[in-house]
Amino acid sequence: MGWESWIIDTLKRALAYGTPLLWGTLGEIYAERAGVVNLGVEGMMILGALSAFAVAQSTGNPWLGILAASVVGGFAALIHAFFSVTLRANQYVSGLALTIFGLGLSGLLGTSWVGISLKNPLPKATIPGLERIPILGEALFRDHSYLTYIGIVLAVVLWFVLYKTRWGIAIRSVGESPSTADAMGIDVFAVQYLCVIFGGILAGVAGGFLSVEYRPAWTEGMTAGMGWIVIALTIFAAWDPLQAVGGVVLFGALYHLAYRLQAWFPPEFLKLMPYAFAILVLAVAGLRKVKRGAPASLGVPYVRGQR
Amino acid sequence: MAEKRTDAHPDSLASHQNVALLMRDITKVFPGVVANDKVTFELKVGEVHALLGENGAGKTTLMNILYGLYQADSGEIYLYGKRVRIRSPRDAIRHRIGMVHQHFKLVPRHTVAENVVLGLDGAPFLAPARAVEDEILQLGERYGLKVDPKAYIWQLSAGEQQRVEIIKALVRGADILILDEPTSVLTPQEVEELFKILARMREEGHSVIFITHKLDEVMEVSDRVTVMRRGKVVATLSTADVNKPTLAKMMVGREVVFRLKKVACERGQEALVVEDLWALSDRGLPALKGISFSVCRGEILGIAGVAGNGQKELVEVITGLRRATRGKVFVLGDEVTNENPRRIADKGVAHIPEERLKRGIVPEMSVAENLILKRHHRSPFCHGFFLNLRAVKRFAHHAIEEYAIMTPGPDTPAKLLSGGNIQRLILARELSGEPALVIAAHPTYGLDVGATEQIRQILLEQRRRGAAILLISEDLEELMSLADRIAVIFEGEIMGEVSPEAATLEEIGLMMAGEKRRVRR
Amino acid sequence: MKRLGPFVFERRLAPTRTAILGYSLLAILAALVVMSFIFWAYGVSPIKAYTVIGRTTLGSRFGLMEILRRTIPLLLCGVGLVIAFRAKFWNIGAEGQLLAGAVAATWVALFSGVSGPVKLPLMFVFGFAAGALWGIIPALLKVKLQVNDVISTLMMNYIMAYFVKWLIYGPWRGPTMRGFAYTDLFPRDAWLPLIRYSKVHWPTLLVGLVAAMLVALILSRTRLGYEIRVVGDSPDAAHYAGISFLGVSLWVMLLSGGLAGLAGVGEVAGIHHRLLEPDHVSLGYGYTAIIVAWLARGSPLAAIITSLLFGLIFAAGDEIKVTLQMPFQITGVFNGLILFFLIGVEVLLYWKVGLVRKGKGWVGKAGS
Repeated sequence: MGWESWIIDTLKRALAYGTPLLWGTLGEIYAERAGVVNLGVEGMMILGALSAFAVAQSTGNPWLGILAASVVGGFAALIHAFFSVTLRANQYVSGLALTIFGLGLSGLLGTSWVGISLKNPLPKATIPGLERIPILGEALFRDHSYLTYIGIVLAVVLWFVLYKTRWGIAIRSVGESPSTADAMGIDVFAVQYLCVIFGGILAGVAGGFLSVEYRPAWTEGMTAGMGWIVIALTIFAAWDPLQAVGGVVLFGALYHLAYRLQAWFPPEFLKLMPYAFAILVLAVAGLRKVKRGAPASLGVPYVRGQR
Repeated sequence: MAEKRTDAHPDSLASHQNVALLMRDITKVFPGVVANDKVTFELKVGEVHALLGENGAGKTTLMNILYGLYQADSGEIYLYGKRVRIRSPRDAIRHRIGMVHQHFKLVPRHTVAENVVLGLDGAPFLAPARAVEDEILQLGERYGLKVDPKAYIWQLSAGEQQRVEIIKALVRGADILILDEPTSVLTPQEVEELFKILARMREEGHSVIFITHKLDEVMEVSDRVTVMRRGKVVATLSTADVNKPTLAKMMVGREVVFRLKKVACERGQEALVVEDLWALSDRGLPALKGISFSVCRGEILGIAGVAGNGQKELVEVITGLRRATRGKVFVLGDEVTNENPRRIADKGVAHIPEERLKRGIVPEMSVAENLILKRHHRSPFCHGFFLNLRAVKRFAHHAIEEYAIMTPGPDTPAKLLSGGNIQRLILARELSGEPALVIAAHPTYGLDVGATEQIRQILLEQRRRGAAILLISEDLEELMSLADRIAVIFEGEIMGEVSPEAATLEEIGLMMAGEKRRVRR
Repeated sequence: MKRLGPFVFERRLAPTRTAILGYSLLAILAALVVMSFIFWAYGVSPIKAYTVIGRTTLGSRFGLMEILRRTIPLLLCGVGLVIAFRAKFWNIGAEGQLLAGAVAATWVALFSGVSGPVKLPLMFVFGFAAGALWGIIPALLKVKLQVNDVISTLMMNYIMAYFVKWLIYGPWRGPTMRGFAYTDLFPRDAWLPLIRYSKVHWPTLLVGLVAAMLVALILSRTRLGYEIRVVGDSPDAAHYAGISFLGVSLWVMLLSGGLAGLAGVGEVAGIHHRLLEPDHVSLGYGYTAIIVAWLARGSPLAAIITSLLFGLIFAAGDEIKVTLQMPFQITGVFNGLILFFLIGVEVLLYWKVGLVRKGKGWVGKAGS
């Protein structure tokens, strides 16, 4: 038991804790790259968590639960897209409304599911071959949720799409300069709608991961502010899917290390660590001046032909 | 409006085989203004057609309708004799129409190739930018549009960015190319380059619409000209048959005697001294590289230069809005380098900012409240913690009258005012304290002739009163008629200084391009 | 101008007061209609639900007092948020600032050694200071390190909530409370007087009303108010005019956090008389106050009305829970809906609606 097992353990826990953060962050990155801030991540995640649990418990199939979570997350995001893109409402307020609404609705509908533990949670998987790599293999490729592996692959794919394809150029252009994209015949609203909905689907899955895998049960308010941490990580990752993986692992590792201090600190202090880290991470981002990398039209509703 | 269901071509026009475009009876209304009033416009194949008019005459609106950015309230568009409906830029591109907007439609953080391929039909899904690189180079050869496809837009000069815009249109197979005020950001030499490119395009059979308010350009480059005024077409003429005075009269609607009364002034004490000033741009690159000059009371120093050569940073450093990394600024003999903006303003420095709407006013606040901005913390408007609302109102009435600000009242939100009146509001605020130094950045940019004239008179009046004025402008004619001396800035350095009486436009143009350095006192 | 069926929409630049009031009421009405569906889907007749709510809140003295009791923290937090929103500072942290105030008041009540008539005033002073401190931290982080204000203020809510938990499970756990996670009961001189037969701690209510008026005065008549409005409307113009962003942000968050802190003092000194679990000290007043402030559209005086409205919703939530056996979260659903509809009607504010007149086209010279 030396530093090796220490590293393995830290990375393992960091990835497990970080998986919902990763899914959520990847989704928010796409929404914000298209110029729409969605502060409703917390609301979309909690609705995803409840629907995933309800469906997984009723059908006995956790994957159907995840599917349900993604659909519900997508619909929740559609509401935000309608208000912020079509009605050009204040994106902050619309997102807050979505979070308040989502927390309320999940509390209202979830009462009958409280206190049941899921009979059939999402299985874990080990990747044959890769798991044999010393240290890293054990940390990264053994006994993780499928969603962890998919999440990391997804990050790479999303990075590739964003920077190396036609769609990526369109999405980034819409976030940087919607009037340019419009003049070049890109349907700005369609791109924004799709990206926001895509973000909601991923946030829904993130919530689903919590209730059918991480803690396979439904408790009210179980996202506990993770949606907000996602928004902090989006900024920290400088709106880049690959950097998001790094940010999430770093965040997860910090979180896990805090638990190593259990002997010295009361549990309440450990529980408030993630929230303090979120602020810390943003302060670091401020020092790194990543704000300069923000999409230039982030948060500004697009109006064609405004005089 | 009676709906015409026929798509057939009107007989009377069928004979005109060589008509590329006909826009007929186009009307477009915006809140408070009829931008286009039954406008008819015709473009022949292979001609360069100038669309001439003042700011606000409706030229750009008309072209935005053609490009599908706006929908006309009524009227029809025919392309090569066939009725078309253009609902979006996508439609326009499909009909082989290209447009180079006055404010370029480019994504600064993307590369040239990424900008060209954005929204391009038939571009491959993977690595689309690489696919167009060759084509960009080929078009560059053919039309003289040299540009590196891998360069980022923000690294390019305005002239190069314009080339990217033209390439974007050509890659999409544009037959009809609209250029909106294409010369406003170019040096005189770059303008010559552009005209050569247009000539090449005409030879290749393209038709070009050239929006401008500059008469010289109309005479030099166009085959025909359509003059617009206040949303209506005044006339369409062959350029060979007209002269400048006639066009000017049509454009403005009256005899133009553009002679400002400029009396000789006694040069007084040095109000502003700048010594070896260095500063960084927003991107952290050097924007000012050792600038020195001085302005005396009773004189106007003009700063000429193509936009983006450090003018903005110079103004910001002097007014305390940006840090100088090296060098000194003195106002009336006192050093104010890197002081906070309020302290500098309190010293008697007025600042008429470049970004009128963004910086010059607080849009939601009332005209009266806007008039005390920067002095809201001083007597008579403020005593201790409380504002003196009566003094504010009294001052507002006085200023509205003196500067002829057209507003329903002092309590109207400033955002409801027109551009000219917003500028009058800013001038009233900045000049009523009898400042020793006035820094005016592009004070007449985008204003109509009436407001422009009034604002130039006001600046001369300030000079007569004994204010030192630093006038930053891209309009060389404005500088030539107002300034006592003109300094030319290029890439953050002063290329030289000339007197408007002795210098020629060519000389100044060369210095604006950074090609020649000449110091003459 | 746009046509939609028989209606014509014409853009207008500045909405009138009547339009704002009318559309705000429309938004609330729309939220009530959607709520009916939710009641119905939950198996409760909406008519019955609304009758129960009406009878038990507005229809009795007890109900009215319950509304008032809920209004107090909403008013104080809401007025504070009005200031923050006028400066476009997204203070989502009233909940944490309220708890900070409660903690400070508890310290004065139990551990400061002060007693007698100065004690209650001192609790308010310390509560204000603690809330202000908790508000100033995000202001510093925003101005100095560009830390997003929404996230920092929100995270500080969680941090304060866990801090309170630590206090009541740890060092401040009351020895006389037999292992429950409470502090000891405050001594009587730290109890706020109540309106008889109610839980309305009137001194705090009075403080809230005075605060609303003072803030209205500050915003319209003082240099600070002027600078707050400039910063909020156009940060570029504020910079140009030499207004200190740091100074204004600090003042705004000092007042905003401080007022929320006062709300926390009221809750512990007026109702609970001890510090307890954070979600019992506040039922999310700090979050609901966001809607109170948004609905008040930047007017502190309007916040008096809107906080009463949401006081009613909270009181109704209690009733629904008891009478109809529905979870209290129903208020969250309703709050979210109201907020959605509010920003939805915002769009309408800038359009004048009229009917298409037959035969006539629409080429008017519009506007003034």
